[in-house]
Amino acid sequence: MYRSLFSRDLFAELDRLQREMQQALDISPSIRGFGRGGFPALNVGGTPQSVEIYAFAPGLEPASLNVNLDRGVLTISGERKADLPAPDEKAAVHINERFAGRFSRVVSLSDDLDPNAVSADYRDGVLHVSVKRRESAQPRRIAVQ
Amino acid sequence: MNERSTVTKETPATRNEVGLMPAVDVIEDSTGITLYADLPGVPKEGLNLHVEADLLTIEGDLGLAVPEGMEASHAEVNVPRYRRVFTLSKELDSQKVSAELNQGVLKLRIPKAEHAQPRRIEIKVS
Repeated sequence: MYRSLFSRDLFAELDRLQREMQQALDISPSIRGFGRGGFPALNVGGTPQSVEIYAFAPGLEPASLNVNLDRGVLTISGERKADLPAPDEKAAVHINERFAGRFSRVVSLSDDLDPNAVSADYRDGVLHVSVKRRESAQPRRIAVQ
Repeated sequence: MNERSTVTKETPATRNEVGLMPAVDVIEDSTGITLYADLPGVPKEGLNLHVEADLLTIEGDLGLAVPEGMEASHAEVNVPRYRRVFTLSKELDSQKVSAELNQGVLKLRIPKAEHAQPRRIEIKVS
């Protein structure tokens, strides 16, 4: 219903405004920072066998990405170079929205994961990390004798 | 390009409503404008660029391979497409736009029309 009344861009603007307000007022954020709005954006999903994490981090060298899983806490970090020209060059920067610099995002995952069964790939600017759940934690059909 | 315009004609209105706004950098130098847009998750086939009159539209559909039966528990990218429209100015040559997509970053180069490029005007002293 609201989608038809407001454009998506307005939502993005409101989101940004809310974030700035939150930062200004310092309403007790989580110990690991804001849950939303950082770089890279994260989507997390799960299947009965695994947990899937998608980090939307475009334009990186796969080798420059660090993915770390330690006791159920997944950390994705790296550095993104700016594409902007050096300030002394004869070029004007009209819009500068893209993230540049070092980044790090942390996700707490459930504790039924197998730290030895992690795979990560980087495609079209999205880092996909897949962590398998432990055999013992996977749902099983119990045969009735 | 013909193929693309038919595709957009088939699906009017609904396609225009929802889309995430991609972050962009726009840099202008003496010969033209360079635009970088972050479109993570968009494969080459999912990208749709078109120029109509003086409007440049960037659209991209996400092509993530998601395992079967996955349930999302947290989503910051919650719409599977990006969309952003820019108004071009007259001195830009929209016929000569070049684009490349590399790991989710679109780089567009829009040159200025020949006649609009800065020239040094010679002053003749008689």
